[in-house]
Amino acid sequence: MAKMTIAEALRQAIREEMRRDERVFCIGEDIDIEGGFGGAFTVTLGLAKEFGYDRIINTPISEIMIAGAAVGAAMTGMIPIADVQYGDFLFCMMDQLANQAAKMTYMSGGKVKVPMVMRAPVGATTRGAQHAQSLEGFFTHIPGLKVICPATAYDAKGLLKTAIRDENPVIVFEHKLLYGSKGTRAEKSALSPIGEVPDEEYLIPFGEAVVRREGSDVTIVANLLMMYRALEAAEILEKEGISVEVIDPRTLVPFDYDTVIKSIAKTSRLMIVEEDTKRNGWGAEVAAHIAEEAIYYLDAPIKRVAAYDVPIPFAPVMENFVIPSVDRIVEEVRNLMKS
Amino acid sequence: MQYSIDNEKIIKMYEKMYLIRKYEERIYYLFLEGVMPGTIHQSHGQEACAVGMLYDLGKDDYMTSTHRPAGHCLAKGVPLESMMAEMFAKANGCCRGKGGAMHTGDMSVGAVPAIAIVGGGIPIAVGIGLSLKMRKTRNVVVCFFGDGASNEGAFHEGLNAAAIWNLPVIFACENNFYGASTHIKKVIKIENIADRAAAYGMPGEVVDGNDVLKVNEAAARAIERARRGEGPTLLELKTYRIGGHSRNDACGYRDKEEEKEWFAKDPIKRHREYILSNNILDENSLKKLEKEVEDRIERAVELAKASPDPKPEDALRHVYYEGGE
Repeated sequence: MAKMTIAEALRQAIREEMRRDERVFCIGEDIDIEGGFGGAFTVTLGLAKEFGYDRIINTPISEIMIAGAAVGAAMTGMIPIADVQYGDFLFCMMDQLANQAAKMTYMSGGKVKVPMVMRAPVGATTRGAQHAQSLEGFFTHIPGLKVICPATAYDAKGLLKTAIRDENPVIVFEHKLLYGSKGTRAEKSALSPIGEVPDEEYLIPFGEAVVRREGSDVTIVANLLMMYRALEAAEILEKEGISVEVIDPRTLVPFDYDTVIKSIAKTSRLMIVEEDTKRNGWGAEVAAHIAEEAIYYLDAPIKRVAAYDVPIPFAPVMENFVIPSVDRIVEEVRNLMKS
Repeated sequence: MQYSIDNEKIIKMYEKMYLIRKYEERIYYLFLEGVMPGTIHQSHGQEACAVGMLYDLGKDDYMTSTHRPAGHCLAKGVPLESMMAEMFAKANGCCRGKGGAMHTGDMSVGAVPAIAIVGGGIPIAVGIGLSLKMRKTRNVVVCFFGDGASNEGAFHEGLNAAAIWNLPVIFACENNFYGASTHIKKVIKIENIADRAAAYGMPGEVVDGNDVLKVNEAAARAIERARRGEGPTLLELKTYRIGGHSRNDACGYRDKEEEKEWFAKDPIKRHREYILSNNILDENSLKKLEKEVEDRIERAVELAKASPDPKPEDALRHVYYEGGE
């Protein structure tokens, strides 16, 4: 077992897969320029030293091209890992992701495959509205894409390796405050969890949630940074005699509803915490699904705790207000226990 | 490189162009009859571009197309029967009824399912070029798009990347002077789209897109350059639609004098005259060849009509890759 950050775990996953399969390559802006940062959050730092610039491809600032090049290369025998500096820039490449990557297999009657990975950092980090969004919900809405969001080093490595071997386009959302990026790319107020990663090879299948903390009174489903805040809230609530179960879905498409339903069969209460704005988010989909399929387990209305429906503001006091905090989660659980 | 061409190729190119012309005409009438679902964007008038560009490519070379893909696909070797079946939305269509007119293609012959978002195919062709280069093949990709697509951001990003990486991509801009109903003069300040190539540091060339031999000669140069690893070329093929932008388009926005002038430059008529005046084939032999093509199309129509519909619930399959089946 080695202890490492998420950025290191992702890098190790990429390195192992590139060693294993020469079709795998990385493409993105500033992903490994000599003297540069190794992508915005250091994930690809130093990979060119081993694999060379033919397989670690630094691009012009051309997001449409990056995504399109990944689609074209994936359709013709390669396995691209494309990289965008901030998730917000995915909007620049929406045609390529939503119309091309997601639909090519279907439009061809299932004859064409598009085995590509698109990595994107999300989360609010006092950079203002255009470098802050959590975009999982947009992409879960598009048939043909898979959407994953690893929140620990162990998951980051195991899920990214699975994504690279998947025969479909997979969007990987990573959180800026969880990477553990070092040096000049370190984030203020980062959580940077260090996790244990086995020395031997492992893969994590998509569609398997993890119960991060067991509890009996209320189930919280939360991903990425919000999962850590839910765990912190659970600690506080335990002292008040409220037992919280925290589930990390790990992948949003496919989504492991069985684990959630099994949990609410025990707790009878469900809260979903997400960093994305509330309206029509992935949390809304989970709430609707549970309402359709398993509402009879519930003793109270489903509660969603999410960012308020505003662009993410710059001022830390406002940003902290908009994004679900530990305090807000605690307060909402207390309310939920009363209803 | 010395460009040379033999009589057999001249005849075969005529046959392919004629196939596209008759295919498009037949589709038009079938559409008017109301037996075909969907909409159509037809390529008759532009046959020399498709055939001239693609004639010399092999199955391992790729082609990306647009919302107007029938000519490109026939020229690249997608079987006529599977295209016709797709037009009728049949289970044995080239896309199993899931693609339709605007997504026609067949990767087994290097025809990428057509990309019906204007300019959307350009970055994908760059990715294919990157893949061909990374895998150290000598193959190339021909990327078709229209005059309208040259105003898309994807054009700029794609051509720039292909140029800096010396990718084996031939950008074939079919300039038919109209983006839907908007004349190019209203949306592009310069005379020639080919001039934009200079901005990316690649060769650009204006070609008579209604002369299949001229197109083929320019294509041969660009393909050879790409195969040598010297990078992309932008060819601007000046051409003209015979039909409208899409179904039921009477082209009220086109000048009748302009139409007359271009219809006189009909690429099929010109190539036919070339064959006759150079005694490559006589009138009777040409007629026989044409009749055979027409019969093939009729057989394809009958076959498509008699083919099974897909099952409605097949709509739920192939969202993700299932192994190609």
